Parts: sequence; structure tokens; C-alpha cells
Amino acid sequence: MPFIPHTEADVGEMLAAIGVEDIEGLFDEIAPGLRCGELSGVPAGLPEMEVTRLMESRAADEGRPLCFLGAGAYPHHIPQAVWQLVTRGEFYSAYTPYQAEASQGTLQVTYEFQSMIAGLTGMEVANASLYDGGSALAEAVLMAVRGNRKSRSKRVLMPRAVHPHYRACTEAIVRNQGLELVEVPFDADTGVTPAKAVAEAAGDEAVAAVVVPQPNFFGRLEDAAALTKQAHEIGAQVIAVVNPTSLALLEPPGEWGGEGADIVVGEGQPLGVPMSAGGPFFGFLCTRRNLARQMPGRVVGRTRDTEGRVGYVMTLRAREQDIRRSKATSNICTNQGLVVTAATIYMALMGPEGLDRVAKHCHANARALRDALAAIDGVQAAWDGPCFHEFVLRLDGVGAADVLGRLAGEHILGGLALEPYYPELGNALLVCATELHDEERRQRFADAMKNALAAA
Amino acid sequence: MPKLIFDEARTGRTNGAQLPPPAPEADDIPQSLRRGERPHWPEVSELQVVRHYTRLSQLNFSIDTHVYPLGSCTMKHNPRACNALAMLPGFLERHPLAPPEAGQGFLHCMHELQEILAEVTGMKGVSLAPAAGAQGELAGVTMIRAYHDARGDTGRGEILVPDAAHGTNPASAAMAGYRAREIPTDDDGDVDLDALREAVGPQTAGIMLTNPSTLGVFERHIKEIADIVHEAGGLLYYDGANLNAILGKVRPGDMGFDVIHLNLHKTFSTPHGGGGPGAGPVGVAEELLPYLPIPMVDQEGDRYVWRTESDCPHSIGRLTAFAGNAGVLLRAYVYIRMLGREGMVRVGEYSTLNSNYMMARLREAGFELAYPARRASHEFIVTLKKEHDRHGVSAMDFAKRLLDYGFHSPTMYFPLLVPECLLIEPTETESKEDIDALVEAFVAVRDEAANEPEKLRTAPHTLPLTRLDEVRAARDLHLRWSPADSSVREDTETA
Repeated sequence: MPFIPHTEADVGEMLAAIGVEDIEGLFDEIAPGLRCGELSGVPAGLPEMEVTRLMESRAADEGRPLCFLGAGAYPHHIPQAVWQLVTRGEFYSAYTPYQAEASQGTLQVTYEFQSMIAGLTGMEVANASLYDGGSALAEAVLMAVRGNRKSRSKRVLMPRAVHPHYRACTEAIVRNQGLELVEVPFDADTGVTPAKAVAEAAGDEAVAAVVVPQPNFFGRLEDAAALTKQAHEIGAQVIAVVNPTSLALLEPPGEWGGEGADIVVGEGQPLGVPMSAGGPFFGFLCTRRNLARQMPGRVVGRTRDTEGRVGYVMTLRAREQDIRRSKATSNICTNQGLVVTAATIYMALMGPEGLDRVAKHCHANARALRDALAAIDGVQAAWDGPCFHEFVLRLDGVGAADVLGRLAGEHILGGLALEPYYPELGNALLVCATELHDEERRQRFADAMKNALAAA
Repeated sequence: MPKLIFDEARTGRTNGAQLPPPAPEADDIPQSLRRGERPHWPEVSELQVVRHYTRLSQLNFSIDTHVYPLGSCTMKHNPRACNALAMLPGFLERHPLAPPEAGQGFLHCMHELQEILAEVTGMKGVSLAPAAGAQGELAGVTMIRAYHDARGDTGRGEILVPDAAHGTNPASAAMAGYRAREIPTDDDGDVDLDALREAVGPQTAGIMLTNPSTLGVFERHIKEIADIVHEAGGLLYYDGANLNAILGKVRPGDMGFDVIHLNLHKTFSTPHGGGGPGAGPVGVAEELLPYLPIPMVDQEGDRYVWRTESDCPHSIGRLTAFAGNAGVLLRAYVYIRMLGREGMVRVGEYSTLNSNYMMARLREAGFELAYPARRASHEFIVTLKKEHDRHGVSAMDFAKRLLDYGFHSPTMYFPLLVPECLLIEPTETESKEDIDALVEAFVAVRDEAANEPEKLRTAPHTLPLTRLDEVRAARDLHLRWSPADSSVREDTETA
């Protein structure tokens, strides 16, 4: 029997020990009328060999196109050691470290993770991760409102230049908690969020928090220092949404405007996690030390054993759902443990020099790609000014969706058509490049783009 | 204990082969936006990394190395094919926003998974979007609210939750803007029907139940509960944490549940991963179909497509930026295809057999059961109140001593209403001889409790560390390494 080790003799002895005649006898407390028949809609079981063939053919269907699509999930090189280590059974098949003495591996990895991600963002503390960047933003918004004892405001300013799915996700998760999410427009001429737009959106009413994306959804670099100062001036906390790769080059949010952001979240996928159709990824959340007790989710802390030796345990447990129940800081129960293990190993392998090189290659490749594509007739860069590894193009004449369809025919994912999300940008395309997109690959894209436009 | 990776580092050490070559300066980024000091990350070689994390892994108990009878968590074997086949390059390289035309394989798997999960739970439709059980709960309760709101029935502010429920239930209800009201359990472990009748009313939005319950027994009055709550205008929410016990035997939809979530890392054997990622698909009855979270996968002729905002205007929306924990969903799909319909029934049967067998053996050995008159589901509860009163050892002491015998401990102190309890779930993938060995360890520890109770109170004795001070961790918060730590040798090495 698949995954069941029992022999007939075992079953006989076990039933005798229980004192029932057959396995069916174990279900005698369930009313017969409740029992279901055969699950005819479920296919019959297949041996591993057959399932392997099936999955290989489904995976081959995916075709492995050359990917210039980013928009929150990015193709990067992942050193082989990362997932070889992560899929060791001792990591893969362990659970939440409830028994700390028998889970020091998971706990120390998590502590190292918290240290590295806090160091990267320039913040004092981090939690052990949330589901992904989008839901992490929702949790940060709830945390900011919870921690905002001064004004008790439940208004949060949300720039339109934040990832549309992050905004949707925040809306869905906080919807029934009486919060107000106020949109802050971006400047159509520059693609960034002006500080004065924050002041205008705030109006005369108190604001609990202002979200600041860096880079924003268009890849554009915001004046994070000015936005932070503006937010603090109106008594609001700053929630930074950042790309972790970019932080090798960009000022860490803990230093923005001198005062720094109050909460920092982001999508951890670029740190050693495959795109894998959308998950599992992980969201990171960092904050100031004095807000640590407001954090949602799991947190690992250092302590000592009875002999005085250093060890690690889950801590600040009194915030969590299994103890605080309906008064918990969040209903979250898991973290993205295995994925965080991958990120920790990735960060250790890359080191500060590695991340710096990756970020610089991403940036240089994106600039070169933008220049190559904008040199094609009918294609322009939407905005001047610095970006991080992603940029917006405007297309004349031919619809972006059409162009993307033609590129797909050449096994190229050419980016994201922005019209469904930002009709005001018209016929525009969001394109990304990473360290994977060397000259040969960029040339292939540019040639295909030329052909796609010419054929239309 | 290994040092922290930071303390193994040497300034200037890099991994030439894994890193890209030196890169051009990002000179167009204004200085005001640039980073000053580099992050304090370790500078270590690949060999150091491999050794460090291999050694750390060896400090974990895991299903692969130990019997792990952690109640309510279903720590069953994670078949290797599930991981290997979900990690084929075609799947790993798929971008979450890739259009359906770019590749149909992933969507094809997801569509079949939706259909199969709907079939095994008896629900009309399933969305795979929630990233974990708790997110599935939030989605489910939010759908209950959307359903009432759409009917203009806006006065229902209360969700009923049995006192034995998982903490996520009341926490999820609160996140969806509801008050959680507790319903007591009767002496046999069923919901107290009189208390329920008294509690329901026009303020009742619904009830959240696990069946079999967290007490390790099947809720026998489920039909009456469904009728009472439905007659009051409320809906029934099924927490799928314990579906393993009844898989292929009873379906939540047939019990009268309107909304459910599943924990794929429990019933469908996806890895627990040291605490995640999970996956918490939700299923609903017909009336709630419009509210399912997006994205979902649909079939149009012979092709598979995403269903998003424009197709599902009444959806409660997105719960993560993309499609939930897609790679976890693929692992569950592979598991389900290997099990098949006949394998699913056996999951329910053999997990229940193992649990009842172990319960019978422990009863025979003199352990006190929380519900001795009941059949066990896939798990059961032992109370150590007697041992606690006689020998001054707690369930925690007992659990820590079990670690010395090479067994992960059962769940301790949950459910909260049984004193000094251990919730034990052997799962169907453990053999009789492993269960026998676990029973022998229980007996040995119980004997020690009588003769050498100190041995339990100071356990564990055979692991790299003795008992850790959780109070100290919460009092002197130390949540990260910083460069100053490494200058204090005593902080990072054995004191």
C-alpha cells in the first residue's frame, strides 16, 4: 500500500489489541448516513514511475521561456548548494520548533536569518518571516495601526506606485478592521511619488502610517528620505516596501531621512528562491526594537540552557494566536521556514560582496536593455532618471498585449502590459533585467522586439 | 553547538564560482540614494556554508530521523517524489504572471487539484490561493461575512468557537472583524448542545469546528449542530486540521459544512519545513462560490486559464501577491496522484488504526486517557494529571524526557481544557514496531517519574543543550547578532 507499512499480520494483531473485528469497526461512532461512497472523481493511484512521466511532461509544457517579466518576482541565479542543503530531510521534514532542545538547527538558522535581514534593511529587529511580500505589507499596515497609540488614527496612505497586487492583498486582508487606505498619486511626468502628494492626501486628518515603496512598482527610485520626513512630520509611521537585492546599492530604510523607516517589509524571493509560479516565497518584516512586541508572527530569540550555554527559542510567544487567541497580533501560525532557510544559505554564500555584484549587474543590464529597446522605432522609455532593474516602456501604435503575444511565440516573456493596472499610462510595458540577462540574451530580446513591432 | 555563521567569517573571503564577476559601478544612482556601509553579512566559503548548515540540520529532530507523534500536526512521511517532481525546472522557472499560453502544465495540475479537493471534501468549488491554514481560515470567515453582507444581513457580529479549538480560529474570526464566543465541551468530548442552543441567535454569523475535534474524537452531533446553526441563520466553517482521520470516509460537505479549509502540509503530506510553508486551500458550498479568493484556475475548452479580478467581481480578493504557495500545491498534487482514490480511504483507515492501537496499548499500560469511553480519531489525549500530583512531574518534563529516548514529543498542553495533557498522533505511515517502541518509551519514562522524578524535571540529558530558559529569552530580548557580539567571546561560545 502506498506509504503504509502494515502487513496483514500487523493489522490482525493491532485489531486484536484494540478489540475490534475489522478497521471498519473503528468508525462506529460515525452515523452511517454521513459516510461517503467511493470518491469516483479522484483518479486511481499511479506508481511513482507513471507519476514521474506525467509530471515531466507537464513541466516540459512550460517551455522555459527567456524571462524579462519581473513585477514582484525575479529570475536570479541560485547557487546549487542552496536547495541541496534546504532539502536535507532534517530541515525539510521537521516542524515548528516547539521542542527547542530538539530543534536547534531550525532555530539557529532563523536567528541567523533575522540577523542578516535586519542588517540588510538597517533595522534593529526582524521576525522569522510572513507568507510573502504582499501579505507582509498587510500585516505591517495592521501593525502600524496597532502601535499608533498617539493619534489612534486608522488611516494609512498607500501610494499608487506600490505593486497593484500588494495593494489588492492589503485591501483584502485588512478590509474588515475599519481601516481606511488612502491612495497617493504618482507624478505622471516622473513616475515617482512627490512628498507633497503625501501631504495633500493626508489633508487635515491624522494618519497612522505612510507606505513608501523603494524601488516603486515601475522600478523608479523614490526620494525615500523626503517621503520619510514628510510622513514623520504629519505624525505618521513609515512602512517601507523594498526589494532586498536593491539594498546592496540603495540606502537601507533604517537610515532614510536620518530617522529611518519604522517598519520595513518586502518580498524575499530574490534571495535564493525560485519563481515557481508564485510561491512558496516569503515576506520579511523588520522594525525598531521598541516596536518588537507589536510584530506579527514567529520570532526567535537567544537564551541559555541550565548549564549557561547559548541556545535559541521561539520568543515573545504571548503575542501569538495559540496563547492570545482572539487578542493575538495576527492569526498567523506558521512562517515560511523552509524558504527562509534557503534565503539564509543564499545570503551566507553570497556575502556582502556577492549581493553587491548581483545588484550592480542587475542595474547595468537593465540600463543596457532599456537603451537597446528604446533605440527601436516606436519604443520609448517612459521616464528618465534612475531605476533599479526594472523600467517602463511606451509603445507607439502596436498594443503591448499584442507585442507580448508575438514575443511569447519566440519563447520570450517580454514584460507586463500595464494598461489593465494603470490605464493612465496608456500602451506601456514593464520590463526587468537581472544578472542573468547578459548581452547575448538582451540582443535576442531586442531583435525579437524589432520583429514583433515590424510584423504588426 | 556550532558557532553562528558570523563567527566563522573572515573579512575578504568570497565564493568566486558562485558569484558573478566584478560589476560596473551604478554611477547613475544619485549619492543621496546610495548605501554607505555594506550589510554585516558573513564572508565565508562554500565549504564553510555547506558544513555549517549541514551541522545545524543535524541538530533537528525530523520525520526523516525520528518518530514525530505531534498531535494536530500530522507528521507523516513526506515522499521524495513529491519534492523532486515539484522542482522540475519547467515548474521552478515559471513566472507567476506568465500568461496561460506560455505553458499549460502547471495550470493543468492546479485545475485537477482544485477538482480533486472539491471531490474529497464534498464542496462545490475550491480555491488554492490561501498560503496556509490560518490564511484559509481568514479567507473562510471573510467569505462568511461577504455572504451575509450580500444579503443585507449585517447584524451578525459573532462567530462561535468551541473551547477546544485551535487558537487560530478565534484569531482569524477577530481578523475578519468578528467577536469570538466560546462554546463549552461536554464530558464526552462533544460540543455541549444546550449551550450551543443558548448561544445562537440573530447575532450568529457562524461556527468554526474541527471534526474530528482537537480532543481526538469524532463530533457525534454534527448534524444537530449544523441544524441549530443553520436555523439561526449562521454558516458552518470546517477547520480541516484533522481531515486525515476521515479522509475517504466522511466528507465535510456531507456533514453540512458551508466553508472549509484544508492543511495540505498535514493531510496531503507536503513538507512542514521547520514551520512552513504550508498551503490552506478553501472550499465552499454553492451559495458561497462567488466569494472564493483569487486567483483560481478554470478550464475553457481544452485550455486552462486564470480567473482573476475581472472574472470574479464578488471575490474576497487576493491573499498573497501571486498564486499562494504554488510549489507546495504541486507537491500535494503529486502525492494525491500516487495515492489515488483507494489510497485516500486507506489514509483515514490506517491513521485511525495506529492511533487506536497506541491508545489501547497505553491504556493497558496504565496511562489515563482523557476520553476513555471514546474511539480515538487519528489522535488521542493522555492526561498526566495523576503523575503530576503523585510525583511532581509535568507534561513538559515528560515530553523533554521522551526526547532522550529518541522520540519527538507529542503536542503538550493542547487542548487547553485537559490538564497536563499530551495529544498523540502517530499517523498512518508509522509501522507497528515503531509504535510499540514509542509505547515502551512512554512506559519507561513513566517508571522513571515514579522512581527518579528529577531525571524528568532536568531532561533532556542527551541532547547538545539542556533545557532552555524561555523566560529569559522574552525578558532580555536578543533577536539578532550584531558585530559587537563577536567581540564578546562568551556570548557566542559555550559559557
